[in-house]
Amino acid sequence: MDEMLYVAMTGAKQTEYAQAINSNNIANISTTGFRADLHSFSSSPIDGPGVGSRVNAIVQSYGTDYSHGAVSTTGRNLDIAVQGPGFIAVQAPDGEEAFTRAGDLRVNAGGLLSNGVGHLVLGDGGPVAIPPNSSLLIGNDGTISVQPLGQGPETLAIVDRIRLVNPDISRLQKGNDGLLHLPPGETAPADAGVTITAGALEQSNVNIAKTMVNMIELSRQYEMQVKVMKAAEEDADAAAQMMRVS
Amino acid sequence: MTQALWIAKTGLDAQQTRMAVVSNNLANVNTTGFKQSRVVFEDLLYQTVRQSGGQTSQDTQLPSGLNLGTGVRVVATEKQFAQGTILQTDNALDVAIKGRGFFQILMPDGNLAYSRDGSFQRNSQGEMVTANGYAVQPGINIPDGAQTITIGGDGVVSVKLAGIPSPTQVGTLETVDFINPVGLQPIGENLFIETGASGSAQAGTPGLNGLGSLAQGSLEGSNVNVVAELVNMIETQRAYEMNSKAISTSDQMMQFLNNNL
Repeated sequence: MDEMLYVAMTGAKQTEYAQAINSNNIANISTTGFRADLHSFSSSPIDGPGVGSRVNAIVQSYGTDYSHGAVSTTGRNLDIAVQGPGFIAVQAPDGEEAFTRAGDLRVNAGGLLSNGVGHLVLGDGGPVAIPPNSSLLIGNDGTISVQPLGQGPETLAIVDRIRLVNPDISRLQKGNDGLLHLPPGETAPADAGVTITAGALEQSNVNIAKTMVNMIELSRQYEMQVKVMKAAEEDADAAAQMMRVS
Repeated sequence: MTQALWIAKTGLDAQQTRMAVVSNNLANVNTTGFKQSRVVFEDLLYQTVRQSGGQTSQDTQLPSGLNLGTGVRVVATEKQFAQGTILQTDNALDVAIKGRGFFQILMPDGNLAYSRDGSFQRNSQGEMVTANGYAVQPGINIPDGAQTITIGGDGVVSVKLAGIPSPTQVGTLETVDFINPVGLQPIGENLFIETGASGSAQAGTPGLNGLGSLAQGSLEGSNVNVVAELVNMIETQRAYEMNSKAISTSDQMMQFLNNNL
């Protein structure tokens, strides 16, 4: 009896977690470069005396969906979208190297290149400093060239190259800052095979239809768990009824 | 459960803000020198419910933990300083900046503000002022009886006075530039003010050192791309609908729970 109630309760609680993950994907449907979070359920048996029927369903993050989002053209020279596999290396708030697909770059007050959220973009040797310029161009391989302020187009100078990397995605993990991290101590080498398109942004890769179906499925799953709890209650009622001495 | 509800609520908030920005862009489609804004979304902090890599026994580790995202927020609305379309007006006191730079405007409180709106007029004292009556800096006084006014590409303002054959120079328009114009704070009335993020204003002669030259008899229209904004609006509306679906689903789940237990 109690087993049934608690197994169903755990199931409902875990379904709530899964629904939270799904809601987070929906909330980030317009976040540039967002990668959807996946979840899965696994069974976790509780050993003990009696019939081995106590198997809890436990939800777990099943990594991140690395499929590509739609690319929209913005025409802005500091917007970049990574084509195919690969990531832009940025400095996480803790100073470590982390990776993102969000390429809405800008130059901050200190003249350093950062993305829209404010993480500094890394170049060949740390953060990229952009000198005052009248035009700026980002090449397919991440090379940044500028026309220094007050000089003609013949003076186009290469400033730095955005660090584009392609680490093994099975080793990547989303940190609490929403950026992708390698295990501590590991760094990804720059990969010349990663190409970008300037003047475009990669949208979030949340699959709308899939998330909506997921939402329905989870809500029905939840209802089933509640039904089991209800059944447990009714069973208990019936037992109490039988035992009653009238 | 309430978690899913609140996460969806952050989505609604963010889309609502985006809709406001889109509406403001569309409302200012005919505002001289207006620069369109764009919202930047950021996913909120992740909560670790179960840490991946935790030991499940002495030799085994949890391959994946449970990280819950907590939603989305609008981290910035950034101005896009792309050049707007240059419109010919043939009005002698209309000036457009072709390229980088801002006009300096003296606010009533004595501080400087910066603007791309060059639809200047003369006030009762003959000073060159914006449509709101704020004087342009350095101040330019156009004397009575000026027959024609000429503003050169480098900002030199000269007038032709009756009875004097050669034009008389009455002042020079200066423009300023910033390291990070996106960091400027819009304050309405087509004006921006300097912030810590924009860097300090560097004044110069229009047309030199990367500053754009001036075009007399023209105005810079807004740089709002109407089609893009309309597409944005559709996307925002649908995303809003989906987030409200997530709220109603969470609501139904709780309702079911309440009704059945």
